[in-house]
Amino acid sequence: MRIAMLGFGSVGRGIAEAVSNKDLGLTITSLADSRSAVIDANGIDIRDVLQRKKETGLCGDPAITADDVIGSGVYDVLVEVTPTNADSGEPALGYITRALASGKHVVTSNKGPIALRYDALMQQAASSNVQLRYEATVCGAIPLIQALEMGLAGNTITGLHGVFNGTCNYILTRMTDEGLSYSQALLEARELGYAEADPTYDVKGIDAAIKLVILANSIWGLNVSLKDVDITGIDSLTTDALALAEELDCTIRLIGEIIPEKRVLKVSPRILSKDHPLVVRDTLNAVTVETDMAGEVTLIGRGAGSRETASAIISDILFIRDCYVERT
Amino acid sequence: MKLEMKDMPGQLIAALKPISDVGGNIMAIIHQRDPAAAPGDTVDVQIMLELPETKLESLVGTLKTQGVNVVRIGEERLLIRRSVILIGHIMHTDLTDTVDRIDSSGLAEVAELGMVMPAINEPSSAKITLKSASLGEMGRAIDLLRNVATEKDLLVIEPLEGYP
Repeated sequence: MRIAMLGFGSVGRGIAEAVSNKDLGLTITSLADSRSAVIDANGIDIRDVLQRKKETGLCGDPAITADDVIGSGVYDVLVEVTPTNADSGEPALGYITRALASGKHVVTSNKGPIALRYDALMQQAASSNVQLRYEATVCGAIPLIQALEMGLAGNTITGLHGVFNGTCNYILTRMTDEGLSYSQALLEARELGYAEADPTYDVKGIDAAIKLVILANSIWGLNVSLKDVDITGIDSLTTDALALAEELDCTIRLIGEIIPEKRVLKVSPRILSKDHPLVVRDTLNAVTVETDMAGEVTLIGRGAGSRETASAIISDILFIRDCYVERT
Repeated sequence: MKLEMKDMPGQLIAALKPISDVGGNIMAIIHQRDPAAAPGDTVDVQIMLELPETKLESLVGTLKTQGVNVVRIGEERLLIRRSVILIGHIMHTDLTDTVDRIDSSGLAEVAELGMVMPAINEPSSAKITLKSASLGEMGRAIDLLRNVATEKDLLVIEPLEGYP
């Protein structure tokens, strides 16, 4: 199956490497980064492109754009992995819209467009008779959307709660283990590349809240936006507070929670027993889904990273191939 | 309450059924059977339960008709405990008032308070344990504490589970 990919940062490179190194039956026929693009209907030589990107910072010809890639038509699935803009969703939103309009399946890791325009995009995909999949937008490598849609099909999902941000989880783990202050732990997270230079989105709980918006709209059709989430971050947590939790044989984690029946849509630091399944270490993510038949189901895994996000993207691509492309 | 009943099959059920019939909520049962007891001896059973006070009399009456003797009825206890952590200027926003507002609400009592004050002008952290008679009242007490904290610009960290 043929793939066009927009975005060639760490996630894009992770996908390209997996396509190149594993026998997945996938061919990348076009590829764009922010300043250049390459199109080859017979398949791009990925090693060649990776090398060029490393040497010149460009994946292809500066005269070719992402829009040319979308319009090229030489692909079955558009993989959209450009950087997220949580305010406007652009330029990803435009890319996804155009690909869907031209009757192409889309797989994205981009939280902005899915959080902002879930309903409209899904309607557009349905009217073009194509798939839009977004597993990589929530909890990285954890197959959460797949589990909710397929694995738990037939269940009524009554709520969910979990650890949705690896950066915060790392900071809290280090504050607990080593008694580091919040700012020391944040500095360490930055040095290890777990936190952005501007960590606001992570530590203030906004990243976790965006993921809740995606889940609230996709699982329950709640039609909510970021302003509907009650958000408290971890940036005012003290080492003393973690030590006090320890006295109760507990710890503190940043928990995202959705309980539609009680109108709960909330990100906040919470006290959890140390042996609670959501008390995961370092940058891990964990989600407990509450259902009527299966009871509680907890998924734990890596929430970020190049290969991990590539895993979620590739599973979406293969799902589309197996269920929609090869059948038709 | 502590009950005395004949050590015979079916007796425990005879004691428990009336409790649920009057809308009581059984929280714990301690039933220690003496291995040396002969059939027909009596056995003591302790039951911890939640029950509207108005139903107590009719429950005791029903139990007696079932051949179950009520040895002792314990006083009402605040059985539900929840701990929350507060962060902020806890002392300087009148800690006494914070505690009073919970205690005077009639919903819960502050049972324990532990506090760490790192330095002047730096936020302190406190662990507050509330006790209450029911989950519903505990929930309302924590709602109240949350409102007081918002007013005083304190961060409340609540437990994830066990609080409806």
